[in-house]
This record gives sequence, structure tokens and C-alpha cells, in this order.
Amino acid sequence: MELIIQDIGFIIGTTLMYATPLIFTALGGVITERSGVVNIGLEGMMFFGAFVGAAVAYFSGSPWLGLLCAAFGGTFWGLIHAIACVSFRAEQIVSGIAINFLGAGSALFISRLVFDGATQTLTVVNKIPQPLAFLFGEGKMFSSSGFMGLVFNQFATVYLAFFMVALVWFVLYKTRLGMRVRAVGENPEAANTLGIDVIKIRYGAVMMSGFFAGMGGAAMSIAVVSRFSNTLISGHGFIALAAMIFGKWKPQGALLACLLFGAAKGFEIYLGAKGVPVAGDVLAMLPYVLTLVILVSFVGKTTAPAAIGKIYEKGDHI
Amino acid sequence: MRKTIALCAAGLLTVMVGFAGPAVGEGVSVGMVTDVGGVNDQSFNQSAWEGLQRAEKELGAKIGYKESKQDADYAPNLETLTDAGYDLIWGIGFLMGDAVKSTAQVNPDQKYAIVDFCYGEETLPNIACAVFQEEQPSFLVGYIAGKMTKSNKVGFVGGIKFPVIEKFEYGYMAGVKMANPDVEVLRQYAESFTDAAKGKAITTNMLQQGADIVFHAAGGVGDGVIEAAKERKQWAIGVDKDQNYLAPDNVLTSAMKRVDNALFSMAADLQEGKFEGGKAVVYNLSNEGVGIAPTTGKHVPPEILAEVDSLIAKIKAGEIVVPATEADYNSFMKK
Repeated sequence: MELIIQDIGFIIGTTLMYATPLIFTALGGVITERSGVVNIGLEGMMFFGAFVGAAVAYFSGSPWLGLLCAAFGGTFWGLIHAIACVSFRAEQIVSGIAINFLGAGSALFISRLVFDGATQTLTVVNKIPQPLAFLFGEGKMFSSSGFMGLVFNQFATVYLAFFMVALVWFVLYKTRLGMRVRAVGENPEAANTLGIDVIKIRYGAVMMSGFFAGMGGAAMSIAVVSRFSNTLISGHGFIALAAMIFGKWKPQGALLACLLFGAAKGFEIYLGAKGVPVAGDVLAMLPYVLTLVILVSFVGKTTAPAAIGKIYEKGDHI
Repeated sequence: MRKTIALCAAGLLTVMVGFAGPAVGEGVSVGMVTDVGGVNDQSFNQSAWEGLQRAEKELGAKIGYKESKQDADYAPNLETLTDAGYDLIWGIGFLMGDAVKSTAQVNPDQKYAIVDFCYGEETLPNIACAVFQEEQPSFLVGYIAGKMTKSNKVGFVGGIKFPVIEKFEYGYMAGVKMANPDVEVLRQYAESFTDAAKGKAITTNMLQQGADIVFHAAGGVGDGVIEAAKERKQWAIGVDKDQNYLAPDNVLTSAMKRVDNALFSMAADLQEGKFEGGKAVVYNLSNEGVGIAPTTGKHVPPEILAEVDSLIAKIKAGEIVVPATEADYNSFMKK
């Protein structure tokens, strides 16, 4: 019995570890898409954030400064995306693809300059702390390998991710700003006639998406592991994008989709460790298949913001 | 206008060829094409380049490299170096297998070599393959793990179940059992070479089950393996190169593949007019093509190191044949 509880603890702990970087990034996706701008450049922003986070944390010794700089690094690419799509009315998908290349390319380029030609950073000494670590370990309240330790002895980024979901939900649905963002995403022309500055709102939303994606990258490079390498972010941004869509463009929905994906990963690893007689590569498909099946059968139809991807030109409606 | 463009193009070509080309002088000239990792990847490509740099210093060889940004660059890069007139051109990594073969087919007078790949019967006479007996260093680190485990449980995390990764797996298991037949080896494949989080979760689970030393042969997944060992204050064992610098207090040793030595020794042979084309050149403990990390002595007590040294002697003498496949392993265990 105790062993089963411990195994469940392991799966929950793995779920949280896997989901956290995705939650940050998916939140970024929610914000930008609710304002009507598609951002498939999340992967590149995450990649850039992962590098900046690890590099700053390595040189400054402060993981928090690393996390913050990663967020601003992502914001920078958000700004570029906004300039292209909002001001110059470029095709949003094309700009997003470009940002995926630029974000990754610039991170590797800077890495080569700063880390002696290597496309990876060195190990950071201080990573994001585990705020509840004082409760777990030998002679403490809980054992670090028991259920409680496996589930709750998480990195600060995990708690921060949940807090951010609540915050984004609150801002989107309970504040005037959030209402404006949603209005701009549904019908920018109408929003404009009501005196909302569509351009400004979209700039803000796209930059915030970079902010969150950058944090998501750093949640990977200075919490899950403790350095950046060129394969660290491989597809996470796209999974977050999918989670955001499965989550019906809602912060709480995106959270659930990320957790579901993480849980499926945890379950897969658990089954693999138990030596179930299934080929490893079939098992490795499980998280994707499971997520797809559950979401298709229980979540139902998803509706995107009405104005998503559409180019907005001020004065069109006059 | 057209003339200007043509002139510019010609000028650019000259510059490019001039840049990549070996200078005239004594010593052989050896060039290499990296895979997408680039020449400073802290792994394979870097190790290969270090081998050539040593050849430059000690043999007066002329050396050069070309980095590939994507898989589609392999063949053009090999062509570029061929045009530049190198004596021997390396493709670094098995991903370049097809590109090296097709380039060698159209340039039959040019010598090529490839790391970690061979074509068996169909190996062209102008290609030399450098293959490594990874099972040998895996056996040695397995022996160390078997001697040092306190819980009688150790782990192995593989990348994707390829024959080359199985060499690590079964070599390691044989080493563990050689040290102590009672030690249990937990094994799991990540089905990835990049998913560091998965490496971390798998390793956390193994440590949870009571393992106290985990060896990985899993590329980027290994970052997670080492991270989990560090967080739980247990041991990880690195791979390919000395990975102790990633977690100095938690990386016990590493199973090293000396790609640098392979490139250096082939350059030295070429200098003497020897080139073993058309077949695989095997690198193992006897020609220092593989080994264990120089930092091993930091954490492993001298008496165990002495036993490892005697094992190395036995392997070199052929008294121990380290298994590289499951079938070999099973017959090894029957003895």
C-alpha cells in the first residue's frame, strides 16, 4: 500500500515537473491569442528564455535575476513579433516561424560568444530554490522520498506557475483591461469605435506572451535542470501552443491540458519502469495519444477568438 | 550588371575556397565536417576537432573544418572540402553515413573517413570507418558501480534502443555483475536523446527504488540524469567525455569515447603512408580509443582503481571479452 502511494506521489511529482514550463508558455499563448494575434513563435521565445535564464543565473549567481531576464528576453521577441504583425500587418504565422528561427539562432549565437564557442552554458551554481525544502529530509517533518516529499517538494517555479494562472484568469475576466483584451480579440473594429486603442492592447498582449514564454524556458533551464543546452527546448513551445488550444483559449483550460500531458508523461515513465511488456517507442506515444483522446472525447468543440489571425487596419470600418 | 554579379560570385568562391583550403607545406592535410552540433558541442565534434588540433601540433598537419547547420549541409560540405584538396576528409557521426558514401562514390581518388558508422561488405575502398568498442569503458564503469554501490542496486538510462546504445547497456551490466553478482541493474530507455525532464524523472524513480548509482548513454537526456543524482545526492556516471564538470560532487566517473585519439592516429598513419580504407578500424582500450575519465580518482578509492587497471590489462590481453549485445551478455553470464 505504502509503495502504491509512493508511486502515485512519483507520478504527481513528475506531472508537475513536466507541466510547469508548459503552463507558463501556454499562458503566454492565451494572452496573445485572446487579443487576436497568433503567436507560433512561442518555441523560439522559450528557447531564448532558457538560454538567457541560465546564462544570467550563471554569471550573476542569482536564479531570480535569471528568471526575470529570461522573461524580458522573451518580451523582446514579443516586441519584434508585435512590430511585424501589429504595426506592419505581416502574416502572423510567417512572423512566428521567423521568430522560432531567430530566437533559437540568436540564443546559440550569443552562447558561442559568451561561453567560449559552446552552444551550451555551464552549470549554474544556484538554481531556483525549493521553498518547502525545510519540511523534507532526514529528521524533518516528512521524508523526501515519501508521498509528501515527491508531491510538494517542488521548485518555486511550480508554485509560481499556478499563481500566474490565477493572476491571468483574474486580469482577463475580472478587470477592465482584460475585457478590453478580449474585446480586441473578438471584434477590433467595434472595440476601436468604443475608444479602445487596439494597437496598444495588441502590443501589450504579444509582449506579455513573450514574457511568459521566456519564463517557461527558464523554468526548464534553471529549475528542471541547471544549465542550458541546444537540445533542452525541443518542441515544448509547440506542445504549449497545442495545450492552449485544447484548453479553449482559457488560462484554466490551458493549465488542465498541460497537467494532463504531464500526467500522461509521468504515467508512461512509471509503466516503463515497471517493465510492462510494451515496446518503448509505443509507450512513448502514450502521452500524445492519451492527451488527444481525452481532450477530443471530453472537451468538445473549441472556439477561437473571432478576430484571431486577422490583420487589423485602423480605419478599415469607416 | 550580370558581369558584376559573376565577378562577385567568383570572388566570393575564391575567398571561400581560400578560407577552407589547406596551406601548402609538409605534413598531411585533414579536414572534417561536423554534424549539426557544431565544433564546440562539448561532445563528439569537439573531441574530433581536438584530435585534429593535436595532429596539427605534433605532426605539422594542416587541418580545417566545416560546420553543418542542418542535415542537408553534409553532402555540400563534404564536396567543399573535397574541392579544397584535403588528403583525408572526415564525416563526424553516423548521421553522415549516406553523405560520405555518395561523395566518396563520385570522388574515388579522394580518401574519406567516418566516425561511428560502417557499411559492412559495401564499404568503398576510399572510406575508412572508425568504430568504437563502447562496451569496454561501459564495462569498467559498471565494475566501479558494482563495487561502490551501497544499496546493491544501480541504474542504466539509455537514449533510444539502437545497437550502439545496447553496447553501453550490456557492457555496463556485465561490469556490474563482474564486480558483484548480487547487484540488481534497473534499466530504462527514454526513447529520446533530448528530453532532459524525462531523464530526470526516470532517474528520480530509480533512486526512489533504492538505486544509488545511475549510468546514462542518452545524450541530452543525460543532463536530467545527472541533475536528479545531484538533487538526491547520489552518483551519476557520465558518457562519451569526462562529464564530471557538470556536477563535480555527483559524477563518479565517465565512460569515454576518445574520438580525438581516433582522428589523431588516423592522421599519423596517413603521414606514414598508411590508409586502411574499405573496412572498419576498431578503437578500443588497446589503442586508447576508449577509456574511463581521468577524474575517476577523485571519488573512487585507489584499491578499486587498481582492480580496474587489472581488468583493463585482461581486456587488452583478450582474457575478458566484454559483451556488446544481449546474446553475448547471456553467454557471458553463463561462464
